[in-house]
Amino acid sequence: MNAIVEYIKEVLGGVKSLLTGLSVTVKYFFSPGEIVTQEYPENRATLKMFDRFRGNVYMIHNEQNQHTCTGCGICEMNCPNGSIEVISKTIVVDDKKKKALDKHIYRMGMCTFCGLCVKSCPSKSLAFGQEFENSVYNRSDLTRILNKPNSTIAIKQ
Amino acid sequence: MTNTIANIDKEEDYFLNLGPQHPSTHGVLRLLVNLRGEVVKDLKPYCGYIHRGIEKMCERNTYPQIIHLTDRLDYLSAHQNNEAVCLLVEKALGVEVSDRVKYIRTIMSELSRIASHLLWWSAFGMDLGALTTFFYGLRDREHILDIFEETTGGRLLQSYNCPGGVMYDIHPNFQKRVKECLVHLKKKLPEYDKLLTGNVIFKNRAIGVGLLSKEDAISFGVTGPSGRGSGFSCDIRKLEPYSAYDKVQFDEIIRTECDSMARYKNRIDEFYQSMSIIEQLIDNIPDGDYQTKMKPIIKLPEGQYYQRVESSRGEFGVFVESRGEKNPYRIKFRSPNLANLSALDHMVRGQKIADLIAIMGSLDLVIPDIDR
Repeated sequence: MNAIVEYIKEVLGGVKSLLTGLSVTVKYFFSPGEIVTQEYPENRATLKMFDRFRGNVYMIHNEQNQHTCTGCGICEMNCPNGSIEVISKTIVVDDKKKKALDKHIYRMGMCTFCGLCVKSCPSKSLAFGQEFENSVYNRSDLTRILNKPNSTIAIKQ
Repeated sequence: MTNTIANIDKEEDYFLNLGPQHPSTHGVLRLLVNLRGEVVKDLKPYCGYIHRGIEKMCERNTYPQIIHLTDRLDYLSAHQNNEAVCLLVEKALGVEVSDRVKYIRTIMSELSRIASHLLWWSAFGMDLGALTTFFYGLRDREHILDIFEETTGGRLLQSYNCPGGVMYDIHPNFQKRVKECLVHLKKKLPEYDKLLTGNVIFKNRAIGVGLLSKEDAISFGVTGPSGRGSGFSCDIRKLEPYSAYDKVQFDEIIRTECDSMARYKNRIDEFYQSMSIIEQLIDNIPDGDYQTKMKPIIKLPEGQYYQRVESSRGEFGVFVESRGEKNPYRIKFRSPNLANLSALDHMVRGQKIADLIAIMGSLDLVIPDIDR
């Protein structure tokens, strides 16, 4: 007799514990007050990343198509994956030979977004963008040249 | 391998390859399970499916560059892993970081511990057939990931620490957001108990399953909440306080039931301990530099160094042998998950195959940390 009572108690206790759990889910079913689902990509227009978000690396250019990169190669040295390659050239300014940036090659496919290039740049010419949709059809599209065509170095004020 | 085959003595014995692409292993882990009917006789883990040679990669990198690789060991406790390397470099160079850095690091570590345990809770429930937990856990984890993203720029792999401090100062919204998140979590955590802790199915599958005695926990080196579930006092935050852990009051959660339920409840209690640590620190972040000025090229003096921290899953250690160069001569990570996995064979012998999933879930394995 006692065994039967114990058994029934156990079953009822089990059913009660299941109902307690169910009460939580039922509560959310009838009061979907805090919907956290984001309907991406429908919300593309309103989706805003945080300002420190580490997306693609880009070079800051001003309106006159000028950047501040001197081609020193510190970012290349600091990159742990070898995803940056700085090719410099020699230009002649006021009859003086000067080192300047030719191509700043950035291979996004190798980048781990650690932030060391942006942080170590002495002339603050690199920055992280907000772009996060980085998929491309061709792998070669991931290799980018960061300085825009015909861009020049900004003259220090 | 040889003695596993020798164990086959009856016709009903057979092998089952669990993984490497099995959803309940949470990654690419292959377990060769020797079964008699439904009962596990023994199992053999086969590692190496996600081996990336991180230790070797670290040897060619400089110390600031190592940080982003340690993110990718145990990706759910990226902060603690980063912190271990930073603390080691600072200890070797004798650099004293400001109190602000210590406070920020401690808060970030505890936040990532909460985030990690939330994901574990979600996945553990899912392993046992309760899919609801997965959605609820990830919903609350989202708040913490937003905090990380706002301050560090990364959601999962933050790379926030650097030798001598942290990469950026905390975001102006940081304190407000953390407080909001704690209020939110305090409201939601009782729901977790309702959903899973008291559930009769869960109780039957967790209580008395996967026993690991204290002696075995010590000899296998099982640390973290799993080891403390067996009564093994192994909290590095208490034993060797680093960062700001000596300035806060918190309890080391120890249970002696040694089963899956003890490990589960340990983690649930650690939510509250972590929240109390954050609450003690969040209002008193002192002013100061967020980064101590370091040399552009960091060279550790010749010698051997070891630093351990309490990651979300246990004791994480970094050993560095330096020859005075800018990159380490040899680096070795003591990962908590490899030690925890080594105890799995001992724990599942004689249990049912379905319990193997429950026990593995309660150990909270992260596979990239095992293979490195």
